[in-house]
Amino acid sequence: MKGFLQLWQRVRAHVLVFDPALSIIIALLVSLSVVTMYSAAFDFSGRFDGHVRNLVVAFMVLFLAANVSPNVMMRSAVPLYVVGLLLLIAVAMFGDVSKGARRWLNLGFGRVQPSELLKIAMPLMLAWYFQRREGALRWFDFTIAALLLLIPVGLIARQPDLGTALLVLGAGGFVIFLAGLSWRVIGGLALAAAAAAPLLWSQMHDYQRQRVLTLLDPTSDPLGKGFHIIQSTIAVGSGGLWGKGFMQGTQTHLEFIPERTTDFIFAVFSEEFGLIGNLVLLTLYLALIARGLMISAQAANEFMRLLAGSLTLIFFTYAFVNMGMVSGILPVVGVPLPFMSYGGTAMVTLALGAGLLMSIHRHRKSMQS
Amino acid sequence: MIEVRDAEHELRRIRVRLGFAWVLVLLCFSTLLGRFVWLQVMRHEDFNAQAEDNRIALVPVPPQRGLIYDRHGVLLADNLSVYTLEIVPNQVSDLEQTIDDLGRLIEIAPRDRRRFKRLLEDSRNWDSIPIRTRLTDEELARFSVAKFRFPGVEIRARSARTYPQGESAAHVIGYIGRISVDDKRRLEDADLTSNYVGASHIGKTGIELSYESTLHGTAGAEEIEVSAGGRTVRSLSRTPAQPGANLILSIDLKLQRMVEEWFGDRRGALVAIEPATGEIIAFVSKPTFDPNLFVDGIDPPTWQALNEDPDKPLLNRPLRGTYPPGSTYKPFMAMAALTTGARAPETQYADPGYFQLGAHRFRDSVPSGHGSVNLHKSIVVSSDTYYYKVAYDMGVDAIHDFMVPWGFGQLTGIDLENEVTGILPSTAWKMRRYKQKWLPGETPSIGIGQGANAFTILQLAHATATLANDGVVIRPHLVRHLEDPVTRKRRPIELPPQRNLGMRPEHLALVKSAMVDVNRFGTSRVAFAGAEYVAAGKTGTAQVIGIRQNERYDARRIAERHRDHSLYMVFAPADAPRLAVAVIVENGGFGAQAAAPIARKVLDYHLLGRLPSDPPGTRRGPAEPEPDLRDVPESVEPEPVPPGEAVAGEPKRTR
Repeated sequence: MKGFLQLWQRVRAHVLVFDPALSIIIALLVSLSVVTMYSAAFDFSGRFDGHVRNLVVAFMVLFLAANVSPNVMMRSAVPLYVVGLLLLIAVAMFGDVSKGARRWLNLGFGRVQPSELLKIAMPLMLAWYFQRREGALRWFDFTIAALLLLIPVGLIARQPDLGTALLVLGAGGFVIFLAGLSWRVIGGLALAAAAAAPLLWSQMHDYQRQRVLTLLDPTSDPLGKGFHIIQSTIAVGSGGLWGKGFMQGTQTHLEFIPERTTDFIFAVFSEEFGLIGNLVLLTLYLALIARGLMISAQAANEFMRLLAGSLTLIFFTYAFVNMGMVSGILPVVGVPLPFMSYGGTAMVTLALGAGLLMSIHRHRKSMQS
Repeated sequence: MIEVRDAEHELRRIRVRLGFAWVLVLLCFSTLLGRFVWLQVMRHEDFNAQAEDNRIALVPVPPQRGLIYDRHGVLLADNLSVYTLEIVPNQVSDLEQTIDDLGRLIEIAPRDRRRFKRLLEDSRNWDSIPIRTRLTDEELARFSVAKFRFPGVEIRARSARTYPQGESAAHVIGYIGRISVDDKRRLEDADLTSNYVGASHIGKTGIELSYESTLHGTAGAEEIEVSAGGRTVRSLSRTPAQPGANLILSIDLKLQRMVEEWFGDRRGALVAIEPATGEIIAFVSKPTFDPNLFVDGIDPPTWQALNEDPDKPLLNRPLRGTYPPGSTYKPFMAMAALTTGARAPETQYADPGYFQLGAHRFRDSVPSGHGSVNLHKSIVVSSDTYYYKVAYDMGVDAIHDFMVPWGFGQLTGIDLENEVTGILPSTAWKMRRYKQKWLPGETPSIGIGQGANAFTILQLAHATATLANDGVVIRPHLVRHLEDPVTRKRRPIELPPQRNLGMRPEHLALVKSAMVDVNRFGTSRVAFAGAEYVAAGKTGTAQVIGIRQNERYDARRIAERHRDHSLYMVFAPADAPRLAVAVIVENGGFGAQAAAPIARKVLDYHLLGRLPSDPPGTRRGPAEPEPDLRDVPESVEPEPVPPGEAVAGEPKRTR
């Protein structure tokens, strides 16, 4: 008994790593996810089990990430970034082509998508950089940060994988924004972006243009590209205030919603649980983001503040872009709904982010710099 | 101190920035909320009506697969309308119990169950999966009476691929099988998924694979209105499917079948090419297998038995089996020696029965040697010593460079997938493969078709046809015509332009006349005794195991699998060749023993219409086309389905 207690004393710091507030919010999201997936995967044998398996894996990742000390995070920032960049270059040179895009790298034992790594490595790297320059920031540092950000983003956009490129751009952009990029520059960039839109249009791939066009007028191609948006909008709208009820969604169960276990799972949720369900979901995401921003504000040093803030805003971006896409106000980009959609890679990335947040909060007092 | 103040400043600033971010988040989420209210409250009625009433479903109409015929119209691959007993897993509560109950009504073999289980694993729950295929009328009647007891079990009329010739030409025709996960990925990459919606099968090997896009056709679609319950209300529009084209092969099935019989239990390969056109008349790989086993999914034990059989029946030998060509290489070596000037036709060389290189003695197959040998005699008596020297004088790279345009160690470009190149050795090849320098002592064996040489029988037949053509290269091919299944209009396949290797006529004449004498006075004179045409040939024997310096090859003492391969290449008539043949009989011993007699029978049949054993005047003739098989159009459509019952691929509600 005494030995057990001693053992407990030694390991408890590593076991009780979960931030209660974050844990409760994520647990509630996961519960909704399991219920929705059960309905969405009603005739997709193995998908529900696969989802549960992914959740278990994600939980373990979260647990491990929550055990990573901020020192380790700082030390791994540069190596992770460099590895990510090298892998991206390797993809550009030797990657496998699938569906017309070169995103995968065959390593002999399996295929990896290096752009996914950048979603975490990017904010780590930039937060590390600003931490190093803390107290002596010049405009010059923002230029370097912008370069560090734009090189991988450019490589990913060229694959082409616009969705991931935007997410990585967001992740790094948040760090730069939080680090204090002057408002004048932000305003200038916004103007430049507006001016550059026509240029961007001319640079886009046909299927990317098609998606934008389809968003503006989904009915132009009702059985082709517009099908996703029209059908998911009908699903959301027909859900009404209270929803059609669990397992009762006709759009879902008559197979009118493509990708209904992955990117379009929100359509399933929204059809079956209605506006009330959506309110619950929005509240949960808001709570998750609020908690994350709070962790950022209380973190021990600049690195942790920037990292926590950026990770939190990535959650926000995922949730907003996905729900906006399904309800028809944003173009269709392959972004999953955090902790809801099927998909191991995104789930692991998000769990990693949540775990790091928990670790940052645990170390908020121990690491004054 | 300044740093601390700056740090505090930065902390303050980041908190302000976080506040801004929070405002942004609230704004974005408010937009979402506004959108949700707009969709789900303001326009709820509208969307609900759309969801309830207006469901248009596109039901794919799979095309009818093209048929395959031999050159005389014998049917090689057919579509039959068959009845299958199928189960939709998510409409059945207890699968095992249901199958047991069905088993009491209709015979369900263990292999049917195993196949069902495997298909179940890679299907979706609402897919209809066959438990029994090809029901007899009696079984059909028995099930129809008891149908009410089996919800979720249905009889479906399907178009099933059958290969009426069974094992014959199986490696040429290949087979189709159920679309696998890998096939799906390939279709996605090629952006062909939409053409395969509703299709269950795809070409896996042989012509069925290489002409998949031609045979498959184009899928059609039917737009139907579906009620809230998933029932068909009415059909709105219909785009008919375009059936796939029929293929007319250049294979003469009757000859193919006879060659397969002549091989008996022996393993081997034979390729017969019409030199002027590149058409392949026979393409034999022995042993063979029954492609019908694969169509509905082969059951694992049968698959394992085929796969682990030491005779390798699934191996497409002429396409993928590589062998040293042995002495059949000598005519090509002779062309190389003459063209490069390494040998003058009349120069005599002494053949004492060996070629000495340093301490190593390369031995001739005839220990006493052939005396004084010139180029003509070297082919007729098959002098090894002569070609050891030729190869040694030329060097491996010069040989390599000469043989590349002849297609040795290269893809022939035949219209089958997964052809292998084999090995045409060179110094560069050895460096690439073994990171070692080529040794001069390795070169002599190359000259007699041994050593690292490894070619397919298809390559040998192709090179033989090129020699018969006086150095004009024509791509070998198995498909002669594509036939429109509706109009029956035929169009020939397109071939790349011919290539002329630019051989000197006197060199060609010299080598060909030597090959003619091989059949008259040389190694294959017995096999060609009494032939009514002039054939130019060359025997070959390929070592399977190495023989040590002072050891003699003794067929009786060596295990059957280690005996030499028997090879033969020939074309005839020598002055105006109509057929070029290459044969290998694995472990058949000396080339003239096993391989040459088969080639003789092929030539007799193709040129004279009878076999060597037939009395003169017999006319076996080509196989008659089978008109009754040709003119029965098979039903393209699935049987009409009673209203209310779901069609395959139609979305349906499942509870």
